[in-house]
Amino acid sequence: MTPLLSVQDITKRYGAQIGCADVSFDLYPGEVMGIVGESGSGKSTLLNCMAGHLVPDAGKVVFDTRGHGPRDTVTMSEPERRMLSRTDWAFVHQHARDGLRMGVSAGGNVGERLMAVGARHYGEIRGMAVDWLDRVEIAACRVDDRPTTFSGGMQQRLQIARNLVTGPRLVFMDEPTGGLDVSVQARLLDLLRGLVRDMGLSAIIVTHDLAVVRLLADRLMVMKDGHVVEAGLTDRVLDDPQHAYTQLLVSSVLQV
Amino acid sequence: MIDLSNVSKTFTLHNQGSTVIDVLGNVSLHVAPGECVALTGASGAGKSTLMRMIYGNYMAQAGSIRVGGVDLVQAEPRDIIRIRLEVLGYVSQFLRVVPRVPTVDVVAEPLRAVGVSGDAAQQRARDFLAQLNIPERLWSLSPTTFSGGEQQRVNIARGFAHPYPAMLLDEPTASLDALNREIVLSMIEGAKTRGAAIVGIFHDDAARARVCDREIDVSRFTPARVA
Repeated sequence: MTPLLSVQDITKRYGAQIGCADVSFDLYPGEVMGIVGESGSGKSTLLNCMAGHLVPDAGKVVFDTRGHGPRDTVTMSEPERRMLSRTDWAFVHQHARDGLRMGVSAGGNVGERLMAVGARHYGEIRGMAVDWLDRVEIAACRVDDRPTTFSGGMQQRLQIARNLVTGPRLVFMDEPTGGLDVSVQARLLDLLRGLVRDMGLSAIIVTHDLAVVRLLADRLMVMKDGHVVEAGLTDRVLDDPQHAYTQLLVSSVLQV
Repeated sequence: MIDLSNVSKTFTLHNQGSTVIDVLGNVSLHVAPGECVALTGASGAGKSTLMRMIYGNYMAQAGSIRVGGVDLVQAEPRDIIRIRLEVLGYVSQFLRVVPRVPTVDVVAEPLRAVGVSGDAAQQRARDFLAQLNIPERLWSLSPTTFSGGEQQRVNIARGFAHPYPAMLLDEPTASLDALNREIVLSMIEGAKTRGAAIVGIFHDDAARARVCDREIDVSRFTPARVA
């Protein structure tokens, strides 16, 4: 089987400072991988290098494109990469307002992504927008309201609808449940699990919340100071951590 | 179906003075289809550790653990996940679920994961919940607030809903009353009849004597301690 995403020796420096160094892994279709580590460990840098938001200093990010098979997205042209990010990738930001257009209605936020990939029929776009708002548990009567009138949890669900409406194959998530109430988090996790299963999505989730990766991720990568210190099956890494840092991380979680 | 060869397990506690604990050494075990093997031994002998290694949850330091033809010691995460979905079921003592998910969906999930349609999976889940005497009014609620015995039965329903060819049972009858204990034991017998290879931990002597074909005392795998 061809990996959907093959990350090879990605390195990103900020001056003398290491962002992330020599990170390699293959992600297969339908796999969900979590990346954990404390702030400054390089997990967001890595995510942004993979998603094309940052240019790595070295390494390849090979994506199995629909038309032309595996292509290195680091060296492909900007328009090609932009097209991929509209059709095949999605990026869910920690702060919904970074991923939404706050001055546009909820329906418009979802519809805009459809129009970016060529949809033109107003009725169909609106129909799909309403359908997706329903899938993320936002009432159809809110379709014309702006996200500024939504709660934080609703904004995050709207961001997810906007990202998934075009049927991407790979979703990047940066702390998708960060800053939300625990009760709202649970609902969002349940929603994400269902969508991942039903759409057969591959996803990479960056978080510092070990409970979130346990629920969502098949595999886990632990980062410290820009390096991957341990990787493997999520429950294996969490229940039988091998590296000193992972042991510290796991044993530092407060029991409820 | 389940084949262990020269498996060993060591825990290294890096943050506690790098203490090294040798738990198991040279474990070899073969479980055939239709056979149920009980792991015995005193508390701390490594019964649960061995079971968790067979599930791929703990890493073995050496040896091979083959389930359904795949060596879980060497396998990639996605291969272990596939084996868990299709081949190897695990009924643990504790129920771990996503908050807010209704009991019937918790039980149906393993079926959905192997491609059973939503309706068929729900129906099978309801059959198992009914068989295990979980009151119907609880099916639409999350099991997180259920009693210990109810949670255990939800766990059993979830573990038996898909007919896994290999199963791990960690004290499946521990907090059950006589009636439900009898139902679970007959479910285990049913799984053996259809050819499942089972490894179990049973503190209930009568239950163990009834469903298990052999006993393996795990303490015989304890590495010699240097005094």
